[in-house]
Amino acid sequence: MTNTTSPANSMDPLALELCALSKTFKLGGGMLHKPQTLKAVNEVSLRVPRGQVMGLVGESGCGKSTLAKMLLGLTPPSSGDVLINGKAIVNANQKALARHIQPIFQDPYSSLNPRQRIAQIVGLPLRIHALGTPREQAAKVDQMLDLVGLPKRAAQQYPGQMSGGQRQRVAIARALIMRPDLVICDEPTSALDVSIQAQILNLLLDLKDEFGLTYLFISHDLAVVEHLADRLAVMYLGQIVEEGTREQIFTAPRHPYTQALLASALTPEPGLGVPDIGLGAGQPDPTQPPSGCAFHPRCPIAQPQCSEQTPKLSAITHASGQAFGKGSQARVACHLA
Amino acid sequence: MTDSLTPSATALQSQLTPAWQTRLWRSTLNNRSLAIGLLIIASLGIVALLAPWLAPHDPYLQDTANRMVPPFWHDTGSWTHPLGTDRLGRDYLSRLIFGARISLFIGLVVALISGLIGTTLGVLAGYFGGRVDAVVSYLLTTRLAMPVVLVALAMASLIGGSMLTVTLLLGLLLWDRFAVVARSATQQLRDAEYVQAAQALGCPLPYILLREVLPNIAGALIVVATLEVANAILLEATLSFLGMGVQPPSPSWGLMIAEGKTYMFFQPWVITIPGGALFMLVLAINLLGDGLRDLSAPGGRNE
Amino acid sequence: MSNLSTAEHSAATSSPLLTVKQLRVDLPVAKGTLHAVRGIDFHVERGEMLCLVGESGCGKSMTSLALMGLLPRKAQVNADCLNFDGVDLLTVPERERSNLRGARMAMIFQEPMTALNPAYTLGNQLSEALRRHQRVSRQAAHDRALYLLKRVGISAAEERMRQYPHQLSGGLRQRVMIAMALMCEPDLIIADEPTTALDVTIQAQILHLLRDLQQEFGTAIIFITHDLGVVARIADRVAVMYAGEVIETASAQALFKAPSHPYTQGLLRCIPTPGKTLPGSRLQAIPGVVPSLVGKIEGCAFCNRCDQADERCRTTPPLQAVAGEHFSRCHFAHQLASPAPLNDQEVTS
Repeated sequence: MTNTTSPANSMDPLALELCALSKTFKLGGGMLHKPQTLKAVNEVSLRVPRGQVMGLVGESGCGKSTLAKMLLGLTPPSSGDVLINGKAIVNANQKALARHIQPIFQDPYSSLNPRQRIAQIVGLPLRIHALGTPREQAAKVDQMLDLVGLPKRAAQQYPGQMSGGQRQRVAIARALIMRPDLVICDEPTSALDVSIQAQILNLLLDLKDEFGLTYLFISHDLAVVEHLADRLAVMYLGQIVEEGTREQIFTAPRHPYTQALLASALTPEPGLGVPDIGLGAGQPDPTQPPSGCAFHPRCPIAQPQCSEQTPKLSAITHASGQAFGKGSQARVACHLA
Repeated sequence: MTDSLTPSATALQSQLTPAWQTRLWRSTLNNRSLAIGLLIIASLGIVALLAPWLAPHDPYLQDTANRMVPPFWHDTGSWTHPLGTDRLGRDYLSRLIFGARISLFIGLVVALISGLIGTTLGVLAGYFGGRVDAVVSYLLTTRLAMPVVLVALAMASLIGGSMLTVTLLLGLLLWDRFAVVARSATQQLRDAEYVQAAQALGCPLPYILLREVLPNIAGALIVVATLEVANAILLEATLSFLGMGVQPPSPSWGLMIAEGKTYMFFQPWVITIPGGALFMLVLAINLLGDGLRDLSAPGGRNE
Repeated sequence: MSNLSTAEHSAATSSPLLTVKQLRVDLPVAKGTLHAVRGIDFHVERGEMLCLVGESGCGKSMTSLALMGLLPRKAQVNADCLNFDGVDLLTVPERERSNLRGARMAMIFQEPMTALNPAYTLGNQLSEALRRHQRVSRQAAHDRALYLLKRVGISAAEERMRQYPHQLSGGLRQRVMIAMALMCEPDLIIADEPTTALDVTIQAQILHLLRDLQQEFGTAIIFITHDLGVVARIADRVAVMYAGEVIETASAQALFKAPSHPYTQGLLRCIPTPGKTLPGSRLQAIPGVVPSLVGKIEGCAFCNRCDQADERCRTTPPLQAVAGEHFSRCHFAHQLASPAPLNDQEVTS
């Protein structure tokens, strides 16, 4: 491993590839109860091309955060492989992994240690990986803080002295100081005010171009995802139910869940009212996923076969498939798509 | 923190707020019980440190000609022995001053030993969970099932009481609250995003535990520590009173009370003076602990 | 239902249900006094949906708590007028006030778990909410609870009545909270970010339900949120708050069509809107941060972030009429009100 990781490792066109990745948790269990199993992530396969933003959307509990944790090496997968730049990361050294993939978390109030100065927080990756002399490290920290738009004096402050937007800038500086290839953004703006959200989204876009980054952008805010993402994967109960380019998903969603998600995104247009999206009131229990298609109890167009057969995530050709150009393969898991 | 206060708190943060050390210092001065507790303990600490220079007499020097001299406020009292003498004619004030050394030493060392044991066990249990947690919880239950005074008495009578035995025994016995507090505090922090960020960086485990976790649970642990200091001081006095703690002629306050108990009805000051000193010290430590708890509790009285 | 008619409440139908004039909320903090709400005026008509919108710290939650009388004791509330259907909320004794709460004003919180008691069944809590304020039989209260649970779209309501709050998902809990708020058929419901913690699909369902119920029961709702998308879809009227002041108020149609305060305009610009903002383009962020509310603010509170600010903005602008019921607290309100195209980055393709 060299000290300067080249941002664009042109060996492999895919920055990230997930192959049938699963994570099963055992819940409860004791002398009297059988432990329940929770398939938080169920056979997820996904390919993220280098330099692109892959959006990952889904409701809370759909497994998107567990997925992020597995990618970051924070929890081992139950089965399946994660390939970063074409190399498997299961059993890889955490330090080696950290050079390639870094997180930006949701809550800037809990992602920074309140007892450390900003300079310490941002410089931590360099210290842990012993990159450069203390003087070089300090210079790098200053340069990074400048890049994310923080004043020099911020280095000596504590997180408690900063606003939410500033803290998120610190978190971004920490994630990028080692020049990773891939950044996992786990709802990076959902704890921020809208006026600050725009600042952070602009910053993320600028830094992506500057460092040639690949983002896996996890969010529940479809407007934000549409603004940022090149490709989009929709998760429901641990599985990807639809994947495609931004245009494919937003103009011609195939899966009824994707359609419901898009319908429930409220744009600031008065007079449209709140759409009736036609999903039942119940939310599924992930420990007892429905048989067949996991979405069928809430699906407005479910057929008898949906409760019996599990639909496979298979490639589809859009009616207007030509318009999206070559290589824009889309996949959907629905019998009726 | 209540929901209603969060918006104002975030508005405040948009401005440059002083660093947490400055805020801590300011709120310390604003907290009355903390200030009083700190004042008493600091003065007792100085007295204990400077004991050889402050004590008017040698605390061990027996003067059989002047036995049971009452304190200065009695008609027969004198300023030679401001707080009188005991049944062997030793100066009571000097014994009291040297006794403070024993109490503070035992209190601090016991809290240090038990804090080390309890925090280590608690942090490990909280961070790893699962089997580690099960083992620690088992140890904790076992420990909680043992009555401290009885076990300490039995052990001291086996080994023989001395200051060292008392300190070690109490240190090995009083770690339970540290473990409980450290465990639950660590459990809450384990999933904190800054801990995850450190894990994702490949930080070694000791770094995560010592630099990311420990500083953020230290507040709660310090509160426990103050209470355990008070607890240890009282237990030392109890054991010494029962004859299994610090041995004569050492001037332990518990021992002074024990030695004075036969004179209690005619010369009550032989009991009330060391008893009062003990009361003051424990009260001061508890005030300090209370004040610290207010400071460390988010949304507490000093918000 | 018939015995719970609200006829006796609506004696003076002509005047607004709630009138707030120069409401101020001050909180003592370490560094001085935090002026959380700095003299706001608004009114709520019977049966309308008023959205209070603003970012964190703008005082919208403080306003709602002040109306409900639920502020922490150290908070100071002052107003020229705080009139709820003929009752002066400033002088009403605490006993009457707590009778008012629940019976005629109800609140829905962001996190229903904090408002539901984990130790009692839902049926128990719903019935109690009614029996605390009205003398009705246990059976009647139970029946109404059941009716409302069904009405808010909870299936197997009979069974749910016997369940405890932790057995429900977040969306269902919020539905129960809505049912609870409706138990006494209040005239006013204050909903403080009721859908912020929910998933988007659930949010859409809850909002839909709330709008339906409002039309059915004729309840006025003060809906507090930071989400302009939600506001656009549900509000009759909107009051935009910034730094403890109402800076613009108008009907939802007028506000989104012709926002006439630079802050409102900025907010609308910085949300990525499909079809209006080009994906991947830079968003027009509002620079800077909200001023501290500790101590006095001289002049316009927004002037340090405003690109139009000049000398005039050193003086506090009045809330002035732009058109009809459209008010804006900006010296340039009239110039800004001209319906210029908001998004100059329209997707042309």
